[in-house]
Amino acid sequence: MPDPTEQGTSEDLHEVTVVVNGVARTATVPARRLLSDFLRHDLRLTGTHVGCEHGVCGACTVLVDGEPARSCLMFAVTAQGHAITTVEGLGTEESMSAVQQAFTECHGLQCGFCTPGFLTTVTAFLDENPSPTPDEARDAVFGNLCRCTGYQNIVKSVLRAAELREEQQVPYAAEPAQRHTASSVVAEGGSA
Amino acid sequence: MTTQMFGAPVKRREDPRLVTGHGRYLDDLGHDALEAAFLRSPHAHARIVDIDVADAIDVEGVAGIYLHEDLTGAMAEPLPLLIPHPTLTHGRTTHALAKDEVNHVGEAIVMVVATNRYVAEDACQRIRVTYEHLPVVVGIEAARDGEHLVHEDVPGNVAAHMTQQVGDVDAALSSAPHTLTLDLDIERSASMPMEGKGVYARWDDERGELRMYSSTQTSTGVRAAVAARLGLPLAKVECIAPDVGGGFGVKIMHPWPEEVLVAWAARLLGQPVKWTEDRREHFVSSAHERGQLQQVTVGFDDDGRLLGLDVRLWHDNGAYTPYGIIVPIITSTQLLGPYKPGAYRVEFWSLYTNTVIVTPYRGAGRPQGVFAMERAMDAIADRLGLDRAEVRARNFILPEEMPYDHGLLFQDGRPLKYDSGDFPASLDKLKKLVGWDDFAAYRAAAEAEGRTVGLGIGCYVEGTGVGPYEGGHIQVETSGRVNVSTGLTSQGQGHETVFAQIVAQELGVRLEDVHVTTGDTRRMPYAVGTFASRAAVMSGNAIALAARNVRAKALRIAADALEVAVDDLEIADGTISVKGAPGTAMSLGTVSVLSNPLRYAFDEAAKAATQFAGTFDPDKPPVADDEEPGLEGKDFYSPTQATFANGMHAAIVETDPVTAEIRILRYCVVHDCGPMINPMIVEGQVHGGVAQGVGGALYERMDYDSSGQLLNASFMDFLMPYASEVPHVETDHLETPSPLNPLGIKGAGEAGCIPVSAVIASAIEDAEGFPISRMPISPNDLWELRRRHRAGELPSLNRSTHPAHEEPTP
Repeated sequence: MPDPTEQGTSEDLHEVTVVVNGVARTATVPARRLLSDFLRHDLRLTGTHVGCEHGVCGACTVLVDGEPARSCLMFAVTAQGHAITTVEGLGTEESMSAVQQAFTECHGLQCGFCTPGFLTTVTAFLDENPSPTPDEARDAVFGNLCRCTGYQNIVKSVLRAAELREEQQVPYAAEPAQRHTASSVVAEGGSA
Repeated sequence: MTTQMFGAPVKRREDPRLVTGHGRYLDDLGHDALEAAFLRSPHAHARIVDIDVADAIDVEGVAGIYLHEDLTGAMAEPLPLLIPHPTLTHGRTTHALAKDEVNHVGEAIVMVVATNRYVAEDACQRIRVTYEHLPVVVGIEAARDGEHLVHEDVPGNVAAHMTQQVGDVDAALSSAPHTLTLDLDIERSASMPMEGKGVYARWDDERGELRMYSSTQTSTGVRAAVAARLGLPLAKVECIAPDVGGGFGVKIMHPWPEEVLVAWAARLLGQPVKWTEDRREHFVSSAHERGQLQQVTVGFDDDGRLLGLDVRLWHDNGAYTPYGIIVPIITSTQLLGPYKPGAYRVEFWSLYTNTVIVTPYRGAGRPQGVFAMERAMDAIADRLGLDRAEVRARNFILPEEMPYDHGLLFQDGRPLKYDSGDFPASLDKLKKLVGWDDFAAYRAAAEAEGRTVGLGIGCYVEGTGVGPYEGGHIQVETSGRVNVSTGLTSQGQGHETVFAQIVAQELGVRLEDVHVTTGDTRRMPYAVGTFASRAAVMSGNAIALAARNVRAKALRIAADALEVAVDDLEIADGTISVKGAPGTAMSLGTVSVLSNPLRYAFDEAAKAATQFAGTFDPDKPPVADDEEPGLEGKDFYSPTQATFANGMHAAIVETDPVTAEIRILRYCVVHDCGPMINPMIVEGQVHGGVAQGVGGALYERMDYDSSGQLLNASFMDFLMPYASEVPHVETDHLETPSPLNPLGIKGAGEAGCIPVSAVIASAIEDAEGFPISRMPISPNDLWELRRRHRAGELPSLNRSTHPAHEEPTP
């Protein structure tokens, strides 16, 4: 936890605007507000989960300008002006992304708590490496902890997602900035 | 007949919600709630001299600071001892907030409630506690030694001492042609779900009612415990388990201090209050398991058949015993596995230490028991120069000997009586799967390349589906939607899917029309909980029985309406039709309409059920004397005993001759949990269990120093396996039905992790040529064992043909 406040005084607040899943979102938060808490509690995007609060488990992984980042290791104020993709931005129940669909097909999740971090990580990985070998698929997820699945069906899901993306002709995106940012940013009236 | 649903690997109903970020876990709820943080003891054993909160009360945003002295009535009493046992003569539990003394690092002393967690933690940092240090007891040897005491009034630190015996062990051992004694050691690990615990409570002042959510494995248990502590009628408390991010045992323990305190604070403050456990808190204030020392003496004949087995266990139960002595009881009974032990005596001591409490973690004492038995099996084979699989086969209980009564009492106080299983068939499958008989050639080829490999094996039997009961309730709406509820909770096992499969099969409806709710006391107030691989067996059978009731009622109503005999009807895809005359049919939704005679028409469907619609017999009441309105049914399943699943694992490991790194090259599982409701989900449970077993065998330990500080209380230091550490698991299944329950099923949840430490020890021993008696084993440990072996401090295996490792050159 960051330094405590001075006794009896309130914290300085900062207005932070972040483009989240293609929408500009603004909230007023203390400097020490973690990006994970900002997403979850200020913007109420609770799909991003927090498993360890020290950057080891990967459950809170989001894409910052297309690249995976641990949202528990970033302050909200640091994300000012950046584009963030959370699990909610990958697809919907009616229209899942290839990675989401693959995880449901291959039983790639059980309790589902770590899953959002895997989905964002794998999405970025497949952008860069659209047709991985089984070994590469396993390597792609070894920065994320899962206590339920034993990873076998997660690896299977990565390979299946690559197949689905090929079928769906998801474009190769070499530059992180090209990934998962809406073509036009919708400005949102007022703060979240 | 509806498409066969029981046994189909259907995709999970829960997944679309969970992969799109729409799961609702505990901390996803209550954005408007105040948040609690706890000041926890930094010392393992100390008297609390003074607590000074003066600096904390002025922190802006603090709503309340609470000590033990602020609690009154039942809130101030020690927390309940959930599972008493006659041999637990010195059971001790903690208080919700520490009273006078702390007994482990992490014990809660002060609760702060504030506008958010950041502020609550700020306030915690400003609280000053003065302690008087007491001697610390860490480790089983120190506890057993009894020089220092955890609790002043518990002599020798012994919470419980229990012996069970069948036959004359002393006579069997003294007359046995061969005897062996093994001293074994298993370290602590923990469930470590990705989501920690959490509680969120709302008090409705106008109605005097509490609604609480807990990340728990038993919402009915939490509800009853909190109602009792808060002095509320049960009817005024409801508890809901939302999506739960893994449990693995730790969340069956209840009520946690935080569960009663958060509910209490919500009522006191008249505002919603939430607490979300952080990872460090989970390490130091939830629960651990596994830690045991064991001494196994076995007597056997020239063929390797067991004549007598004498086991002594020293079990580390941590600072308190709120969950009783379930874990060592399970170790002492499930140790027997698929074998006939001859005469058997098991004696255990459950010992206090100044460490986190010990409550069941997936496997719940079985991994330790299996380790003891399987180490003994390998030692017998080595002594006699026999094949390790052959020695096991010679001791198996055979299918024709089922049901087999060991003459012992199991963890539920009922006989340890195996209901079914075909151990020789399982072993055959395993030997084929791993290539047991070809391993010598494989090893020779590896050795020719300068590689060291070993083959290991382990067998287990798991009592699953213990009572007392679970229930199922099914209601068919007029739309045809089928609502199913059962009281036990879900933590990723796919209950929404498998229970829907059972209902689809039994009732004859489409899977997508079935909607399952678990762990909500508003929907099913009678339930026990999710533990002991019991959910499918207990709730699955209760739901099947309820579905059969609903089906019978639907057929009665439809037969009456269609003016045919019940036997002439069939149900498929939610439609009841006359056999051979599919045109004469009505949907279950219509039956639901007919089942509930109405006075008021609120929609088109309801209109058909009103008093002036259709025809009726004026001599009969609208609801028959022995019926109830509504197309719904309820039933409970309560078995006389557990049903026993089993399995056998084998692994091939490679050990690095220089660095002593251990790699699992192959991992093979043969698993028998009876007929599988959903094989995809069973496979997933096995994979996950094996991964936890691998963690326990090679990586995970709770690194307590002598002052009781847990040195590795983070994911950085506690080595939970990543994808890079877990092998690909090869599986095969037997489906031996249980004769005990209507569906013939057995539990599958814990199985995967149970024999893994035994299997890996067996394989490493086989690779290295000297005995392995302590798990987990790290490369450092193996390096040290090699050094001791070279120094002559550790004997070689008799079967060892490998030369001792050369001293590596730096």
